[in-house]
Amino acid sequence: MRMRTKNLVGLIYMAPALVFVAAFVLVPFGQLIYTSFTDASLLGGSKWVGVANYVRIWGDSNFWKALIFTLKYTVIITPILMVSGYLLALLTAQNRPVLQFARGVIFMPVVIGLGTSSLLWFWLFDQQVGLFDKALVDLHIADRMLVWFTSADMALWAVIISVVWKVVGFGMILFVAAIQSISRDVTEASMIDGASYWQRVGRIYLPLTSRTVLLVTLISAIGSMLAFEQLYIMTGGGPRGLTFSSVYWVYQSSFIKFQLGYGSALSIVLTAIIMTGAAIQITLTARRAA
Amino acid sequence: MSEAVLSQRSARVASRSRTLSGDAPVRYLIGAIAVFIAALMLAPVVLSFFASIKTGADASASPPSYLPHALSIENYQKIISYQAGLWSYVSNSVIVAAIAIAIVVALAVPAGYGLARFQFRFKEGLFLVLLLPLMIPYQALLIPLYLDFARIGLANTQLGLAIIHAMLQIPFSVYLMRNSFEGIPRELEEAAVIDGCNSWQTFLRVSLRLVFPGVVTIALFAFITSWNELLAALILMNKETEFTVPIMLVGVRTGHFGAVDWGALQAGIIVAILPCLLIYVFLQKYYVSGLLSGAVK
Repeated sequence: MRMRTKNLVGLIYMAPALVFVAAFVLVPFGQLIYTSFTDASLLGGSKWVGVANYVRIWGDSNFWKALIFTLKYTVIITPILMVSGYLLALLTAQNRPVLQFARGVIFMPVVIGLGTSSLLWFWLFDQQVGLFDKALVDLHIADRMLVWFTSADMALWAVIISVVWKVVGFGMILFVAAIQSISRDVTEASMIDGASYWQRVGRIYLPLTSRTVLLVTLISAIGSMLAFEQLYIMTGGGPRGLTFSSVYWVYQSSFIKFQLGYGSALSIVLTAIIMTGAAIQITLTARRAA
Repeated sequence: MSEAVLSQRSARVASRSRTLSGDAPVRYLIGAIAVFIAALMLAPVVLSFFASIKTGADASASPPSYLPHALSIENYQKIISYQAGLWSYVSNSVIVAAIAIAIVVALAVPAGYGLARFQFRFKEGLFLVLLLPLMIPYQALLIPLYLDFARIGLANTQLGLAIIHAMLQIPFSVYLMRNSFEGIPRELEEAAVIDGCNSWQTFLRVSLRLVFPGVVTIALFAFITSWNELLAALILMNKETEFTVPIMLVGVRTGHFGAVDWGALQAGIIVAILPCLLIYVFLQKYYVSGLLSGAVK
């Protein structure tokens, strides 16, 4: 009897949050699945079309282009973020005031919105008024103000530079925490054995922080697979529709072309991809907490 | 092990660590590189601020200059009177964020307490349900949410947008609150029970006070997420008067007749960055500790 009331009390504390998630995540997800089998339009009207939307996705070259672009973006930016984040963490890992200050500044862009930072970099990359372009000219890296957004490759790099600036501090902070939690005994023992600094990084730091590295890799990769703001603002999907990401393509299909049924099917495919990564992430985090 | 070997070892350790961190030139070099990188990271925001205090013509001049030629508040005046007026967008953003914070705190704090303090069937399974927003990206849910909200009158409302922003923060917040409550010694709560408090009173009078830093942290994260969020706002808010700051900025960037007012855009960017920056500078302790203890986000 006593156990029963205890059961109930714990559940009561959780109930509001559970109801909220059910109402605004689970039910909509059910609706999303249903809508993906209809030809629902933003202009109204909807009838059952079976798997027609999924068949259409299979043959939709724009979907594949967007998915491949998103994968390409993710595959390029994730290692850049990991390596630069880890190097910054190694550089600033000690708790000296000057390094703590540098860490604080490097982390700062993380709190700025992705939309805002994209606008900021859209300006810095502008061919007429962009100061990043001007700095490249002044440093003799470029011989004239560059045009970033008329070539898909240049546009991709512009987006990558801006996002690295915005999020590199996130990985750095987590890596610093992981490095600092390594026991001094281990590092000192390696010093006694005469290991050089980089040997220590390779044989001690990296193995002992591998879980954090994996976790940050997953968080970054999932975030990159869901890229939207940076492309919506900086490239607008251009040039010639070459820089649409998956989320951008869902947005375009659903809310610009009004095809909610098709957009729903695209969303389901996207969710399936993200779920796989998130499931691994949660398993890892839960194990750390245990 | 003999004394001699030991002291020899510690001497080697000492000399090693001197070459690594104790050695003055290396220390200075590391410090200098770190400061240099920090300056590079800060440059975009500083340049944007400088551009925002240029005159309008100076801000749009090509080739551009790094520093303003003359100081002016022209760009800020333009952004203040932009369309529905800056105040309208800022107050929309603040109200949405405030509602989102209220929802997140009201849901995540009790849920974290329930998870930390009680044993019940399917507990871990239900915890996973609360982590669902991590697995189902909200970007995918915007179609049904848009349709539902339109049906029940939540489209174009601050409450509707705040619900979506709160949903984004639920997993991180519940996770963090669960850890915070688990960090409190049970003895303190048991003492309260002996003094005659029931579960609810114990929660309110004892536990909640002890996890206050955690509550501040989830509120800060909810604010920053909500203040910065663009996609849901773009889809849900179709009326000029309901726009939030990020949508306003996209409008400024699109410009009139294809010409971007660069000065006004920089002023808008500074306005958008400022609250986040202030929170970060003054409440960094809460922010970074939250990030480290709840990196599920």
